[in-house]
Amino acid sequence: MSAIVTQDTSPASPAFSVRWRSAIRAAITIVVFALLYEAVARSGYFPAVLMPTLGKIGGTLWANLIDGTLVVHAAATMYRVLTGMAIAIAVAIPLGILMGRFKPVEHFFLPLASALMPIPSLAWVPVFILWFGLGNTVAILIVFYASLFPMLLNVWAGVRAVNPLWLRAAGAMGADEKALFWKVIVPGASPFIITGMRQAFLRAWIAVIGAEFLAASDFGLGWVIFDAKEFLNADLMMASLIVIGFIGFVFERLIFGSIERATVQRWGMVRLAKS
Amino acid sequence: MTDLPANAAESLIGVSRPARESRWRVAARTAFPFLVLAVAWEITARLGVFPPKLFPSLVDVGAAFWRLTANGILPHHALDTLLRLFGGFALAAVVGVAVGILMGRSRRAEDICLPLVSIMAPIPGIAWAPLFLLWFGLGGKPAMLLVAFVSAFPIIFNTWTGVKAVKEIWVRSAQAMGADDRRLFVKVIVPGALPYILTGLRLGLAQAWRTLVGVEMLAAVPWGLGWMIFGAREFLNTDVMLAGVVVIGALGLALEKLVFQRLERFTVQRWGMMT
Repeated sequence: MSAIVTQDTSPASPAFSVRWRSAIRAAITIVVFALLYEAVARSGYFPAVLMPTLGKIGGTLWANLIDGTLVVHAAATMYRVLTGMAIAIAVAIPLGILMGRFKPVEHFFLPLASALMPIPSLAWVPVFILWFGLGNTVAILIVFYASLFPMLLNVWAGVRAVNPLWLRAAGAMGADEKALFWKVIVPGASPFIITGMRQAFLRAWIAVIGAEFLAASDFGLGWVIFDAKEFLNADLMMASLIVIGFIGFVFERLIFGSIERATVQRWGMVRLAKS
Repeated sequence: MTDLPANAAESLIGVSRPARESRWRVAARTAFPFLVLAVAWEITARLGVFPPKLFPSLVDVGAAFWRLTANGILPHHALDTLLRLFGGFALAAVVGVAVGILMGRSRRAEDICLPLVSIMAPIPGIAWAPLFLLWFGLGGKPAMLLVAFVSAFPIIFNTWTGVKAVKEIWVRSAQAMGADDRRLFVKVIVPGALPYILTGLRLGLAQAWRTLVGVEMLAAVPWGLGWMIFGAREFLNTDVMLAGVVVIGALGLALEKLVFQRLERFTVQRWGMMT
């Protein structure tokens, strides 16, 4: 920490070149890291089955993508995540809105939610396996459990955060309950709802992999990793990890990012959510 | 970051009750939903719709809890889980805060670390578990390392954001008043970034807790709550499993309420950094 670096780039150097320099440095980091890994893998210090070379990982990834194996597994995992999340959203949005609008509903469900939330969803896996057997049901229920609470709390907080002045203004301008709901409450709570969906997805994505490890059905990316462990296929494990990371990244950045742009930013609500 | 509204939502839980209501009324109101749930559970269990082995009555769960606590098995499991949690988390906190601060202060460190962190972060921590098991063997060590690995990411990200969010004018005015690097760091950067760092630690601990329970099921640790639940599945001891789930929930709640809310009150709020 010899020099105090000011974070803003100095006005003399245009942001463009700074950006380029960052991109180049990032690329160098990744290349150096990859070379280091490759050197360790090739040195034979660790057994090759445990630490496959990058070429082998890439080859496995490519072969399994082309013959469709990993695609089928990814589809199975996505099916579980999306079904579980859809149920969670379908429950959480009406319930959260009711909790935000009516005190008795809040008083009933809030203590339950705050007591159930600290229980990690994976803790339920053994219980659910006993109740529902191995397979899709357990994974979907675990995803549902994992994504319900972030969703519910955010919807509830969002409805409460709607400025009461807007409600009164809309009421004074003659909006009925229905218009009030669709034109004021839903747009007003939407930044929170989208944040909730984002967090719910992150949790669901972790939960589904864990559930697939434990409640081994025969499909799913988590199952691929767990199954590959039995045969010491570290290259397949890493290929599956790459697919998992990629899907997670795509959802987080591209899908939720674009939902946010399409709805919240257009309605000009984001700034409000931050204040 | 994206997680801030959730914390807002969580902190609302504490303040939702109006001050004028008596303490007893609030306690009764909070207990009521649990009572309803308990009665519904008990009725379902006693009706015999499901086999009592799979759906034990609350009396059985309570008895299992009492039996395991009295002979010291449950405390031993809980203690080992907590030791593993804090061991891994302490490692993550030290490394994560150090890396985050370095990334926030030095452009070079940021360029080197950020690509690696952003590539690794979207992969759910639990997905690494089988790989860690292959690399480090079964038992407590890979579980602890994985916990550290998983919880390091939110800590790094939040610390980095926090250091970058320190107002430039504070840094410059401190420098103008003759603060050297060390004092600048201790008196300006650290207090300024502290709300973010604490948020990161909190998220990291929550993440560590959720992952640890799952990893203990996979890693065949000799003692640990996750293992206790998962092992009980083999013997259809649903009462033991449910008692374990309750303990896990209680510990999670205690971590949040006792550790972090207190820490926050003693540091951030006292220094007036939280608005």
